[in-house]
Amino acid sequence: MTHDRTLLARLAGLAGLVLGLEALVGGGLVSPWVLAPPTEIARAVPGLLRDEDLPRMVLITLGETLAATTLAAAIGVAAGYLLFVCRPLGRAYEPWLGALFAAPTVLLYPLFLVVFGRSLATIVAMGVVTGAIPIIIKMREGLLGVPRVLLDVGRSFKLTEAALVRKILVPAAAPTIFTGFRLGLIYALVNVVGVEFLIDLGGLGRLVSDLYYRYQIPAMYAVILCIVGVSLVVFRGLGALEARIRTT
Amino acid sequence: MNPARPVLTAGRVQVLTLLAAWAAWEGLARSGWLYSGVVPSSLLVLRALASQLASGEFYRHLAVTLGEVGVGFAVASLAGVAVGLALGARRVLGAVLDPYVQAIATTPKIVFLPIAMLVFGVGPESKAALGALSGFFPVVISTEAGMRLMSPVHVRVGRSFNLSPRQMVTKIYLPSLVRPIVSGMRLGLGVTVIGVLLGEIKLSNTGLGFLAIEHYNHYRVPEMYALLLVIFALAVAVNALMSRLAGD
Repeated sequence: MTHDRTLLARLAGLAGLVLGLEALVGGGLVSPWVLAPPTEIARAVPGLLRDEDLPRMVLITLGETLAATTLAAAIGVAAGYLLFVCRPLGRAYEPWLGALFAAPTVLLYPLFLVVFGRSLATIVAMGVVTGAIPIIIKMREGLLGVPRVLLDVGRSFKLTEAALVRKILVPAAAPTIFTGFRLGLIYALVNVVGVEFLIDLGGLGRLVSDLYYRYQIPAMYAVILCIVGVSLVVFRGLGALEARIRTT
Repeated sequence: MNPARPVLTAGRVQVLTLLAAWAAWEGLARSGWLYSGVVPSSLLVLRALASQLASGEFYRHLAVTLGEVGVGFAVASLAGVAVGLALGARRVLGAVLDPYVQAIATTPKIVFLPIAMLVFGVGPESKAALGALSGFFPVVISTEAGMRLMSPVHVRVGRSFNLSPRQMVTKIYLPSLVRPIVSGMRLGLGVTVIGVLLGEIKLSNTGLGFLAIEHYNHYRVPEMYALLLVIFALAVAVNALMSRLAGD
């Protein structure tokens, strides 16, 4: 199938889904209080822009995510490097980090709630914790994966330790480290939105919760779609950025 | 003479870390730097842990949570494998639907909780539904990827024996998909547990997530930490069990 035809089929599928949902509600099979018909969702958008300041909510969520990811990257790079340099530490903590990565760390948010209170700090802290774990793991993994030969070449040129790190270790480990950043950003975003929703504070997650409690169902659907869109843009944007860095 | 054994073995580092963390916690608890009660002494947490494990109420909430996880995980696995097989077997279908699957897969599932509550009410059913939705995507993606990587020779052998679509699934596809499906289910179970617990935390009157946030709301901090410890340990244990089954 050619690229154009795939795109056409995707759009046709989406159109079919929209028409189908509209028909389900219009035909009385599903209550509009459960499933907002697509036309109603579209009609809710101007109200969201006017009364709820939707673009600002997007920026708040993205801002929290960016702050969390930046902190997570700083912690993750330093900790990952430390675990690489100090091998016994690395061997000791590696299984713990793996277990933490798979564990439901987001459930620890009440802990931050107790320490920071119901504030943006709690949201960002949760993003930092969940985002830093994959970055630490991938940082160490990337550095450990650098072939010995490359390091030996560097040493034979009598590079200083700093130059060895800058000119050999980091470039050779870059693809794996970047994977860590990507995972960290996605985890931070997911947890930021999740905690926003849970504690009714901040941007998009808070808005979904608000609209549910106010029973503004079509607007709520519109914001959920907006969250899907934001995660897709972030996810795709990172993929494109990575491809571009690799080719240049 | 024996070669000198390293002083810092991984095991020793782990023990030392746990001791240091415990000492730091106790120090913080006694320091008076934080609001009183935010960091309770570990003895208080242990006492709260013992009293919860001895109470019937804990097991009632545990049973509800396990039931929700069981139902959610079963639905996620069955639906995930079925959809993954369909997307992998029919390339056109996969090409058309993949971007939508990926878009929702990277979205924080918790924001779909209001929709689950509109459909199933605020009871345990909506938590099981959120768990199912969360667990569904890792299973779909892993199954579909497994189909893509399947040896074309096996598929051609099946075709040349004129197997029916059902026979193709049971005799050709499923046997070679055991590994990807099990590893998808392992990831799926982890996120199902998270989905269920977060749903309970947000809006519910039963389950371990509800119990944890009840402790928070009544500022029973040692009880909350004790329960979070139990939840965390359960989640890690379940994940370790699935890892063993998956043979990773």
